[in-house]
Amino acid sequence: MASAKEMKSLVFGPVFANNPIALQVLGICSALAVTTKLDKALVMGVALTLVTAFSSMFISMIRNHIPSSVRIIVQMTIIASLVIVVDQVLKAYAYNVAKELSVFVGLIITNCIVMGRAEAYAMKSPPLMSFLDGIGNGLGYTVLLVLVAVLRETLGSGTLLGYPLMPLVSAGGWYIPNGLMLMPPSAFFIIGGLIWALRTWRPEQQEKH
Amino acid sequence: MSNNNESIGKTFFVVIGLCLICAIFVAASAVGLRPKQAENKLLDAQKNILVAVGMLEGTDIKAQFDKHVQVRLVNLDTGDFVDQDPLTYDYRKMMKDPTGSIKLDEKDDVAKIKTRANIAPVYLAYAEGVESKKVSFVVLPIHGYGLWSTMHGFIALDKDGNTIKGLNYYEHGETPGLGGEIQNPTWVAQFVGKKLLDDAGNPAIKILKPGNAIPTSASDVDGLSGATLTSKGVQNSFTFWAGAKGFAPFLTKVRQGALNNG
Repeated sequence: MASAKEMKSLVFGPVFANNPIALQVLGICSALAVTTKLDKALVMGVALTLVTAFSSMFISMIRNHIPSSVRIIVQMTIIASLVIVVDQVLKAYAYNVAKELSVFVGLIITNCIVMGRAEAYAMKSPPLMSFLDGIGNGLGYTVLLVLVAVLRETLGSGTLLGYPLMPLVSAGGWYIPNGLMLMPPSAFFIIGGLIWALRTWRPEQQEKH
Repeated sequence: MSNNNESIGKTFFVVIGLCLICAIFVAASAVGLRPKQAENKLLDAQKNILVAVGMLEGTDIKAQFDKHVQVRLVNLDTGDFVDQDPLTYDYRKMMKDPTGSIKLDEKDDVAKIKTRANIAPVYLAYAEGVESKKVSFVVLPIHGYGLWSTMHGFIALDKDGNTIKGLNYYEHGETPGLGGEIQNPTWVAQFVGKKLLDDAGNPAIKILKPGNAIPTSASDVDGLSGATLTSKGVQNSFTFWAGAKGFAPFLTKVRQGALNNG
């Protein structure tokens, strides 16, 4: 059985030291699409964390029985089923957010982070460790999404979680919203900036030439 | 154990077993959560009606809806109100049900919806509450085929049964950013104040090429650029539902005073 220290590094390692978006540059598509509002980013982060954690756990549980010729299909089936369940739950309990996230919940199926963890870690690790690894990577994804969403929502709409932070000119305030922040390209700039900041803080993440 | 993992028998066993288990999970969640989802959908529809008539304030949608809106059923052929409980009437289901709908032949089927229910719900909105008995707006459900999908929406009309007060497409599968812009408030705002029918009572709304509509015209609206076929679908929906097979008989009765507005 793995030590507590190892477990801790599984959960918190991917947050800054080995962030799936910032270091591995996976899962960028949804990071561009769902970060215009903080509530969307949070729900998406939670959904992805749950899917990654449980899919890794289930795949790890049956890893010794998966024929290697169909292993990707088996992984996809498990991931897709979990995503549908999450989608159904969101439609039942968070209808408005689910409507805004629309297709992006379904697209978790093709998110490289989920597949990547299943193939790279869960296929050769025991269930509990795989579960924690999924939680950790989901957490790394969520943290980055939240950072991007906080910047985009405050600068783009002057609100945070829907509460007005900076009164807009159109509502009689002083803040002129930055329209670019609501466009997908702004997420590229912000993620690029965050990667820069992260690699300056942790030089070991810089790629060697 | 892992040696015979690659055998055909084992492969089939794993794949079929996994599919069965996953199918059970997915089916259970879909069926188990359906009532809750249906409730959300209903609440959303009520919210959309309130949005169409501009009466949405606060967060308690159900209370707002009960206070301001009354659902009535209308026989589309005669235009008369039908005394039947609107809560038990499933409009979406009756559209397709041969006993409760008519087949539209090609000439009539402008909106490409194939069948049309005989009885449709209309929503009467009272600005001062239902007890005041003063109908302010009439909300009609419309649907029609766009480019990819059937687009469902609500048109809110003033109590004259002609002036458009609001339009709200709440369900569609058009391309986000192009046809999906039918939900864009700026585009929808163009419809406000336009006349649904001309003086002779024929469908009048015309969706033109973007940039050609004159804002002061009675019934002309700019289409969406980059979404010609979706705009055409909206045009067709308006033409059909304002026409003789749509709500025209009912709207005629409204103009003759069917709302009994004191």
